[in-house]
Amino acid sequence: MSAHPSTWQRACSAIALTVLVVGCSGRQAALDPAGDQAATIEILWTLMLWMCGFMYLLVLIFLGHALWRARHVLSSEPVPHGAQRPAERPLRMALAGWFGLIVGGLIVLSLGSFFIDRSLANARLDNAIKIKITAAQWWWKVEYLGETPAQRVATANELRLPVGRPALLELQAEDVIHSFWIPNLGGKQDLIPGRINSLLLTPRREGEYRGQCAEFCGLQHAKMALDATVVGERDFAAWRQQQLLPAHAPSTPEQLRGHEIFMSGPCASCHQIVGTPAAGQNGPNLTHLASRRTIAAGARPYSFEALRDWLRDPHTIKPGNHMPQVQLSNSDLHALTSYLDSLK
Amino acid sequence: MSAVLPREPGAAEIAALDAQLERTWGTGRGLWERLSTVDHKIVGRRYVITGFVFFVLAGVLALMMRTQLMQPDSELIGPDRYNQIFTMHGTTMMFLFAVPIMEAMAVYLVPLMCGTRNISFPRLNAYSYWVYLFGGIMIWVAFLLNVGPETGWFSYVPLAGPEFSPGKRTDFWAQMITFTEVAALAVAVELVATIMKQRAPGMTLSRMPLFLWSMLVTSLMIIIAMPAVMLASSFLISDRLVGTHFFNPVEGGDALLWQHLFWFFGHPEVYIIFLPALGMVSSIVTTFSRRTIFAYTLMVLALLATGVLAFGLWVHHMFATGLPRLGSSFYTAASMMIAIPSGLQIFGWIATLWDGKPRFKSPLLFVIGFIVIFVLGGLTGVMLAAVPLDLQAHDTYFVVAHFHYVLIGGAVFPLFGAFYYWFPKFTGRLLSERLGRWNFWLFFIGFNVTFFPMHILGLAGMPRRVYTYPAGLGWESLNRLSSIGALLIGVSVLLFIINVVRSLRAGDVAGDNPWEASTLEWATSSPPPPYNFMHVPVVTGREALWVPGPRQVMEGLSPSHREVLCTTVLTAEPDLRQPSAMPSSWPLWAALTTALWFIGSIFDARAVIWGSIPVAICLIGWLWPTHPEPFRERGLA
Amino acid sequence: MKPEIVGDVSSLPDAAFSHRSLIWWGVLGFILIEGTAFLLAGGSYFFLMNHTTPWPPHRVPPDLLIGSAFTALVIASELPNVWTDRVAHAERLLPTRIGLGIMTLIGLALLVLRWYEFQALNVGWDDNAYGSIVWALLALHTVHLLTDWVDTLVLTVFAFMHDLKRTHYSDVTDNCLYWHFVALAWLPIYALLYWVPRMLK
Repeated sequence: MSAHPSTWQRACSAIALTVLVVGCSGRQAALDPAGDQAATIEILWTLMLWMCGFMYLLVLIFLGHALWRARHVLSSEPVPHGAQRPAERPLRMALAGWFGLIVGGLIVLSLGSFFIDRSLANARLDNAIKIKITAAQWWWKVEYLGETPAQRVATANELRLPVGRPALLELQAEDVIHSFWIPNLGGKQDLIPGRINSLLLTPRREGEYRGQCAEFCGLQHAKMALDATVVGERDFAAWRQQQLLPAHAPSTPEQLRGHEIFMSGPCASCHQIVGTPAAGQNGPNLTHLASRRTIAAGARPYSFEALRDWLRDPHTIKPGNHMPQVQLSNSDLHALTSYLDSLK
Repeated sequence: MSAVLPREPGAAEIAALDAQLERTWGTGRGLWERLSTVDHKIVGRRYVITGFVFFVLAGVLALMMRTQLMQPDSELIGPDRYNQIFTMHGTTMMFLFAVPIMEAMAVYLVPLMCGTRNISFPRLNAYSYWVYLFGGIMIWVAFLLNVGPETGWFSYVPLAGPEFSPGKRTDFWAQMITFTEVAALAVAVELVATIMKQRAPGMTLSRMPLFLWSMLVTSLMIIIAMPAVMLASSFLISDRLVGTHFFNPVEGGDALLWQHLFWFFGHPEVYIIFLPALGMVSSIVTTFSRRTIFAYTLMVLALLATGVLAFGLWVHHMFATGLPRLGSSFYTAASMMIAIPSGLQIFGWIATLWDGKPRFKSPLLFVIGFIVIFVLGGLTGVMLAAVPLDLQAHDTYFVVAHFHYVLIGGAVFPLFGAFYYWFPKFTGRLLSERLGRWNFWLFFIGFNVTFFPMHILGLAGMPRRVYTYPAGLGWESLNRLSSIGALLIGVSVLLFIINVVRSLRAGDVAGDNPWEASTLEWATSSPPPPYNFMHVPVVTGREALWVPGPRQVMEGLSPSHREVLCTTVLTAEPDLRQPSAMPSSWPLWAALTTALWFIGSIFDARAVIWGSIPVAICLIGWLWPTHPEPFRERGLA
Repeated sequence: MKPEIVGDVSSLPDAAFSHRSLIWWGVLGFILIEGTAFLLAGGSYFFLMNHTTPWPPHRVPPDLLIGSAFTALVIASELPNVWTDRVAHAERLLPTRIGLGIMTLIGLALLVLRWYEFQALNVGWDDNAYGSIVWALLALHTVHLLTDWVDTLVLTVFAFMHDLKRTHYSDVTDNCLYWHFVALAWLPIYALLYWVPRMLK
């Protein structure tokens, strides 16, 4: 064995490292829990992994031993049927033991699953924020319900949560079945037209995470994601106050021009900007668009350029989505982008 | 004229009998004769080959998907085309390959293993093949014309409903279900009747090979499960075409009704695919261990238990839909319980190998691959049975990994083993062992390289059915690895095809029983004559051909009329000389009119009524009672 | 290895009744398939019923008279059905012909009644989910009624044209078995369509 690792060893280590890195960390990773629910589920995962791994090892050992024994077989006459084989009794006893092991293991795993499930169901709800999420092809409508209707915050494709407080999500769908999933925080739940489902998430670690639709919902299912940001209580309160404010008024001539284009064009018929005449409900609320991390439900990180590309032709970024392309001259496009970019 | 028994027939008698039986049972070489044959072996072979073609087509689609997913933000294949591709991959694999090919192997092997001359309903068998073929052609033509279905192989509503899936795409999918379910149900009924009534004298239930047991249980499962999907797809077609509201929540319908009906079929469906493979595994393990299966009775009970339990699990596909918690816990327990019979069977096979005298030919290699791969898939299934864990892993690549481990490991590996095992019986030639080894190892390694990384990808957040994924989430390297594995699988399948083509021409001649196996299909020539067995084989032990002494047979079936021997269900005593159907073109005509009826109904609801008339005419012509010639009293010559 | 002939089956009959004949198993398989379909359709009825109050949504269930008339005739038809089964078992030609003729006429009458039953459902299949499942259940049963009637008609015509052998008598008894299924499967559907909505009130 040489001092330097062989290519083979290097490849194996690379794969193992990749597996660990990819599997165990990330901002859309189930095994990197940042919330109570994901952490609870990870306990079950660990139990399962060890027990199932152990059983698998037993099977491989038994199989390996059977194959290894075969090396010493001499005659090729078939084993006489009906004759009492000397190994019959020990094999039957091993079978009984195996049966006991399987049943015992499954009982442990069922109970484990049951208790974990119960613990998830009995999670504390006090001081929960209530948020209503409505899924549509291919974006998320997010409404923070608040104490009074005046406290309602409407945004889209993002979730901002205060660390340590449970968030009770009410899930509905407008068109087809979608599924709401932020792996770092918890399991998923479907949004089904005609039904109201609910999901509880209790974040414990500040950070930026990503969620994604997990039920095939048509053409752009692959690009229906969600930014989830967990912040401290004070930052959350500040954010919420800011979201309650109406949209910034245009402050430069170009922004004013952009504002006019928005209001007089088809934009206002689908999108709402609080504090302006635009009150469309078909598409995402844009009141504080520029404060979001991504655009088009996670399709691109937010930037002036990305926004401009989207406005020029949404179908280059998310082909087939329901926003039509609107022909604009270059200067009009720049103006519109400037206006929307000012909606912090 | 009854001779004194027991007696040994002379060579001249055998030659004369062979000539007569060839005339009575043979299929001519002309085109019309080949189209009207009712020989289960010819129909079975066609069925197997067609199923394999669909496997290759669906595999090509998989390679396209894996190529797309090698890069993040890939623009190789657009979303619409990709969605059609993954839908067609799943649909073709499940409906046009997996179930039909298992049934096809049974159509060929079951009558031989029972020791009878033809399957119970030979014309229905032929009809089944044509209906299956026409349904498969219909949906592939639709796909190639860019009107293929694109809502996934299980086609959830409302996405697949009239509002969100306009056009005929989903209608083709739903009607393809009708075609394939009719075909599958027909074969299932034939197999039950054959196994119950046409077993060789002396083949009591406790002497029945495990392959026959598994086909019996599978066929009963098909009979109970498939009506669910036929009902669901009929409801879907009628929602789409004539305005019913089964799945429309606005008018009292429910999207979950689809899921319940579909999965009531869908879960047993995977066991319908799996159980025949278990029968194949038992046959191969027995032969290549040179030992009868360890704990036979327990293996039979495990098959029965699996068949029954499979119907109580379907809700585990719906854990994320918001169902009541207590109900879900029941399905967790049931889904875990089904691991028990499977676990016992795994022990049984390994114990047989352990206590036997294994010979490591290609069929056994694939069985070993089956054990290693399937058990891992079964264990991830136990993980998914737990609701909390499922809520993370559901609809991600973890599930994709799981079901490929159980389906490819649990069904395709045994199937390839079965191909290597029974190819000599079908064709008279052996497949190359050398190519077989390459085939196996490439498949085994390629499979694990393709699908193991998907477990990690799923837990790393990658949902399924996505035409692309963004860079920066860490998914690139594992996706690339997976795609390389897929290429290896492709090469492996290519090697198999090469092996088949070369061996057909120049493979070693097999002889009747090259593996020295114990079941009745090996008691006749390779390939079998049209009449299968010259005399009715008599069975005196569980491993029929391993019982020492001369091979006992019975005579008395007419050589000049098509007859099969029916025996009693429990004790397998000779009971009846049942006339067997002559070649006929009615099955083909009936299948053509059926295809016109089904396809016409997609385009015009009135075709449901008018299209049924030609079908009815064909069925009446087919089923018109025969005016039998007087069945004369016995005498051989 | 040379075979040793130990038995001769040539003296066995070439036709038999009931489970001794292969066709019976085919009919049984078909009954199992369709029976399952009925059960699942009934299950769908209950599933949808749990979603909708009132049931029916427009409060008018199917007309009881025509449905009950159909049911009464179906139950009554079991008498000539059982009789036909018995005489066919006994291989008596003229009674079998008569029995088949009676069943054909009864079948026709039932089809006519069924036509009026469809008109009296008081809901369209495209009105709502209730209407859809009601029409589906009735249509499913009608398909079986129709196929059984055609089968009976074919056997009747054949019986009058030919002298019957045991294998044909066996076909007749298998058809009687199928008729039992069509008749009995109707009863729970009748209860679902006509009585459950009335009991819910």
